[in-house]
Amino acid sequence: MRAIPKAKRPKLAVWKFASCDGCQLSILDLEDQLLEVLGSVELAYFPEATRAVLKGPYDISLVEGSITTRHDAKRIQEIRRNSAFLVSIGACATAGGIQALRNYANLRNYIQAVYPRPEFIDSLDKSTPIRNHVFVDFELRGCPVSKEQLLEVLNALLNGRKPNIPAYSVCLECKRKGNVCVMVAASRPCLGPVTQAGCGAICPSFHRGCYGCFGPAESPNGASLAAWLRRLGQDDEAIVRLFRSFNAASEAFHSVSTAHENPKPQG
Amino acid sequence: MRTRNLKVDLLARVEGEGALTVRIRGDQVQDAKLSIYEPPRFFEAFLVGRHCAEAPDITARICGICPIAYQISASRAIEEAFGVSIDPMVRALRRLIYCGEWIESHVLHVAMLHAPDFLGYADAIEMAKDHPDVVRTALRLKKVGNDVMALLGGREIHPVNVRIGGFYKVPTRSELQALRPSLEWALEAADQMADLVAGFPFPEFHRSYEFVGLRNPPEYPLFDGKVVSSAGVELSLDQFEEHFPEEHVEHSNALHSARRGAGGYQVGPMARFNLNFDLLTPRAKQAAKRQGLEPPVTNPFRSIVVRAVETIFACEEALRILDLYQEPERPFEDFEPREAKGCGCSEAPRGICFHSYEVGSDGLIRRAHIMPPTAQNLRCVEEDLAQVVAKNLDKPDTELQWLCEQAVRNYDPCISCATHFLKLRVERL
Repeated sequence: MRAIPKAKRPKLAVWKFASCDGCQLSILDLEDQLLEVLGSVELAYFPEATRAVLKGPYDISLVEGSITTRHDAKRIQEIRRNSAFLVSIGACATAGGIQALRNYANLRNYIQAVYPRPEFIDSLDKSTPIRNHVFVDFELRGCPVSKEQLLEVLNALLNGRKPNIPAYSVCLECKRKGNVCVMVAASRPCLGPVTQAGCGAICPSFHRGCYGCFGPAESPNGASLAAWLRRLGQDDEAIVRLFRSFNAASEAFHSVSTAHENPKPQG
Repeated sequence: MRTRNLKVDLLARVEGEGALTVRIRGDQVQDAKLSIYEPPRFFEAFLVGRHCAEAPDITARICGICPIAYQISASRAIEEAFGVSIDPMVRALRRLIYCGEWIESHVLHVAMLHAPDFLGYADAIEMAKDHPDVVRTALRLKKVGNDVMALLGGREIHPVNVRIGGFYKVPTRSELQALRPSLEWALEAADQMADLVAGFPFPEFHRSYEFVGLRNPPEYPLFDGKVVSSAGVELSLDQFEEHFPEEHVEHSNALHSARRGAGGYQVGPMARFNLNFDLLTPRAKQAAKRQGLEPPVTNPFRSIVVRAVETIFACEEALRILDLYQEPERPFEDFEPREAKGCGCSEAPRGICFHSYEVGSDGLIRRAHIMPPTAQNLRCVEEDLAQVVAKNLDKPDTELQWLCEQAVRNYDPCISCATHFLKLRVERL
């Protein structure tokens, strides 16, 4: 990975698109390291934390949120032009987020359902991840991102190395924690086998199935997991809902949910 | 006629994005608007057709700052619909995790987002250069809140453990006691934070507000109870929507609320404090009295002190729950879906968060309606701004702009919530 020049403190910018603010809040949740991390960079743009604004170009841009308006589609282009490294953070920025459920519906109906005066609303038909619009240097998954992984990414970028973020599944983390498998032992539907690690397998640790916050793991076999879910008594509608949440529009999850939305006749 | 133009394109140190426009002609404030340009996300639309058991996790994603508020309001609404009764110990644990969210969110706002306004810094990082101990103590205090959420919920943001009927897994009594030393430290630190912020210079500003919040004696409200107002209104939750309609205004992707036949109202710490002062815990009440804070507090700039007092409450309440907790027999009560409607309401750090759902016998949501606290406060913030500007027309633009931003931050607005918030643009015509 290219190294950021050491001569000066690198300029850090944090940008927000359609999102809940949770991923950028993860930065402020690094209570033990916050002053050191923000002391080692020049905080150039981070409206949630500061009213100070420095002009670009920026050495590192962290981008939270998905693209859902024409205005935002233009704004991300400008941010890319002004950023040496662009890292998208969280399920919204890397997969479109929960608001990508609109991709499966008629947006006009949605607007009419929520807003009494639909003519006031400017919104695109689809919620899309940042990489659909610009080149992204690194994607950090999670709904929300893990603050430890966020720290690792910043650390790596500041030291000119590749971030060490595993792409294997939640199952590996879960086994390492010594959890009893919730799917095998309690017949609970779990997306752990197809979901990327990073959360620390918290759902199975709390006796519930994984619901896929970190998106697809490397080479996931979603079709096979769906077949197992069916054996546990889950119907197609439940399978569609399980794969269609915070990372609904990620390719691997999208293909399973669409296959079960219009299932082929059995036998 | 003299005209001036002031512009701030993005209000900082709030959660989410929006702009503020104030139009002034001569010495008259013509208009004060908060424009919400945070893009709409349509939660109430895509909740339709989802299973009601998913509502707590999905609605949590409305806001990364107050996910517990959404999880608890949604759970309570659906429990109400199906008549699910909650074990008292499970309910106590829900109050405990909610205290964690109050500590985290209040300290974030008091120390990191709002204090720099009073002390003249751009942000808490800059403030830390002159006041390192204050900022480090605040960060440690904030972390105690996060530790409570992580222990009970699995993680700080979007915890995974709250479900309809209770929790997926409850801690043992000894697991919970691990929080005691840090909560005991936090109580002392919160008490000192209240004394510190009470010494800030407060602009002289008062308005007569209608305060709206929950009331559920003998406890200081976190969830459940009745919606009450300082104008004498008292409503059960199922009457709330009828009395508090929302309207859609052009400059905003958030809906504005008003009380039917009355107008704008205020929710949040000041409202809670004024409506429930008698129910505060002893140390919190003592700290308020020591700082001359007694109801009704009508200067919104002093809301920072109320937040600090509520932080003391949250620490005391958390310690009280640690004392009484015994592991319940079951972590949750199961439910049988049926065609039903239910309402739930809880006190998010920034005010009441109201949910109502209609569910079918298949357990699928037919209709969802969510009123986040910041949307309810928008009209009140706009009215405050108009008056702040009117009273300070002699101030130069940069000073007036600072004061306007500070006035908006009085409400700890969460714009992500409200669109389901802020550039400042002052136009002097």
